[in-house]
Amino acid sequence: MPSPDTRPASGAAALDDPGQARALLWQMLRIRRFEEKCAELYSAGKIRGFLHLYIGEEAIAAGAMPALAERDHVLATYREHGHALARGVPAGAIMAEMYGKQEGCSRGRGGSMHLFDAGRHFIGGSAIVGGALPLAVGYALADRLAGRDSVTACFFGDGAVAEGEFHESLNLAALWQLPVLFLCENNRYAMGTALERHQSQVDLAAKAAAYRLPSESVDGMDVVAVARTTEAAVDRVRAGQGPMFLEYRTYRFRAHSMFDPELYRDKAEVEQWKKRCPIETFARDAVASGLLAATARDELEREVAEEVAAAVAFAEAGTWEPVEHLCHDVYAREVRP
Amino acid sequence: MTTQTIAYREALRQGLHAALARDERVFLMGEDVGRYGGTYAVSHGLLEAFGEARIRDTPLSESAFTGAGIGAALNGLRPIVEIMTVNFSLLALDQIMNNAATLRHMSGGQLNVPLVIRMTTGGGRQLAAQHSHSLEGWYAHIPGLRIVAPATHEDARGMLLAALEDPDPVLIFEHALLLNVEGTVKGEPHPMELDHAVIRREGGQVSLITYGGMLHKTLAAADQLAAAGIDAEVLDLRTLRPLDDAAIMASVAKTHRVVVVDEGWRSGSLSAEIITRINEQAFFELDAPPVRVCTQEVPIPYPRHLEDAAIPQIEDIVAAVHRLMGGPGSGATS
Repeated sequence: MPSPDTRPASGAAALDDPGQARALLWQMLRIRRFEEKCAELYSAGKIRGFLHLYIGEEAIAAGAMPALAERDHVLATYREHGHALARGVPAGAIMAEMYGKQEGCSRGRGGSMHLFDAGRHFIGGSAIVGGALPLAVGYALADRLAGRDSVTACFFGDGAVAEGEFHESLNLAALWQLPVLFLCENNRYAMGTALERHQSQVDLAAKAAAYRLPSESVDGMDVVAVARTTEAAVDRVRAGQGPMFLEYRTYRFRAHSMFDPELYRDKAEVEQWKKRCPIETFARDAVASGLLAATARDELEREVAEEVAAAVAFAEAGTWEPVEHLCHDVYAREVRP
Repeated sequence: MTTQTIAYREALRQGLHAALARDERVFLMGEDVGRYGGTYAVSHGLLEAFGEARIRDTPLSESAFTGAGIGAALNGLRPIVEIMTVNFSLLALDQIMNNAATLRHMSGGQLNVPLVIRMTTGGGRQLAAQHSHSLEGWYAHIPGLRIVAPATHEDARGMLLAALEDPDPVLIFEHALLLNVEGTVKGEPHPMELDHAVIRREGGQVSLITYGGMLHKTLAAADQLAAAGIDAEVLDLRTLRPLDDAAIMASVAKTHRVVVVDEGWRSGSLSAEIITRINEQAFFELDAPPVRVCTQEVPIPYPRHLEDAAIPQIEDIVAAVHRLMGGPGSGATS
């Protein structure tokens, strides 16, 4: 575990690569604008089911995902639009999935909570809290047994820490020293229950440390800190030093889902966190430090707006899977039940 | 081809040995499968033969190691997960139901889970209400899973091999009372297909439809019935999902009477499903209402006399057939 004096520097001021600064801001902006459009389309009835927005937490997916290689595996939660976008799943395929169209990345079968892209090793999209952690252990076990050097990154929230599967999976991964990166997005609420109201030990890294996983907590509102910490962790896991646990301390600005009246938290608390918006703070600092031109933000906004508009057009133009295909893919070959 | 007489346990072991020897992607994972040699000694000697990487002792974490099996299957291997007993599988039900069974369809056909899960099922060993149930019928409710119950020695070793060749998750239910039963196998283990039920005894007057541990009691019942002049056919389902409707209906069309013998509870059971299908597809072939012999609807109790009373016995099957054959409107002609 890095000692304090080797801890990666954070904030835009710590960057010296304008290309990376631009890429990080672009990624956070496209996640933000994509999801704002999703909320609008939900109200318009184009998207149905559950829709969980990542707004406020974009620095994590945007910062962490570039640390992973194409051959690595990514497993995520039901709040995974940002992870899918950052992993490179085309925005159009994600939006079409939200619409339930067969051009969607899961052929429209999964919707918002179940985005998959096997070609990009993006393995969901899981709506059972904690349910992906054992799968991540298995992905890593297979890589280990086959002699591959891939890393498996598994994102989950603070709510998952209360599930038995969290504890079973960390123990198993540590016991077998498997190349798993456990990435906890601690947004302080398990749906509507605050961390202090669902955990006896609120220091989540301490829980992982109890299973002898090297563990670290990082400011999840700081995209540079996320990127640097995650890069170091990926290197360490890929080098065969066993699994690792990172806690990203973050906050969700929007409601849990589209049906949440937010009775469980004060508006003042939300406003306080919004002052730490990962996009606004990074953009401001990057311009102030001369890393990005003052015009960069507007250029990126235009680029992102075009991409989102194209994604919506792609989804609108998509087609419904024929009802005759309803029972396809239950089994590899057609089986009469 | 040489014929061997071996215990069912040994047939399972031969199947595992053959599976590990023929495909290096195959590995076995579960509680005490390695150094202990398997809770029921099924995997005895495999650790020495194949090493710790492929014969993996796990913590008592059914959900994690079952999920890890799913992940490893998704990532190119052919895991065999052993769950000690069916009641413990409930701790892994989330992984089995929400991941293994759904991922292919939910991902639009992008993912497949070529995983095999083996577990012991059934009562009869005075192990009381947390080790003795027959829940394979529950699992047979779930689209995306294939459920098999090998009752013969050739199936015990061969259905595992066929299951490993299947691209979808297969759950294998091995009845604990069969482990010491001896039977014959021929030659080397070879895959036994998973698609068809098999007639284990030909007969013309009544169809006894069963599977797994109940097959042996049903065959014994058929012998007693023969002595009483009743010619029973015994159909071994082998695969519980998907059911071999054609074999079921062919037997019913031949005998016109049916008794389903199922160690599961009666309400909402596999036996209910089978009889419903017969009513849907072969109603006019029936000369009498279908009958079933199931476990009493209680948690299985510990004392021998109560456990015996709870679980279907040979005499229960014989009595059910006699009632069916002698009942009003039976239309018996022979």
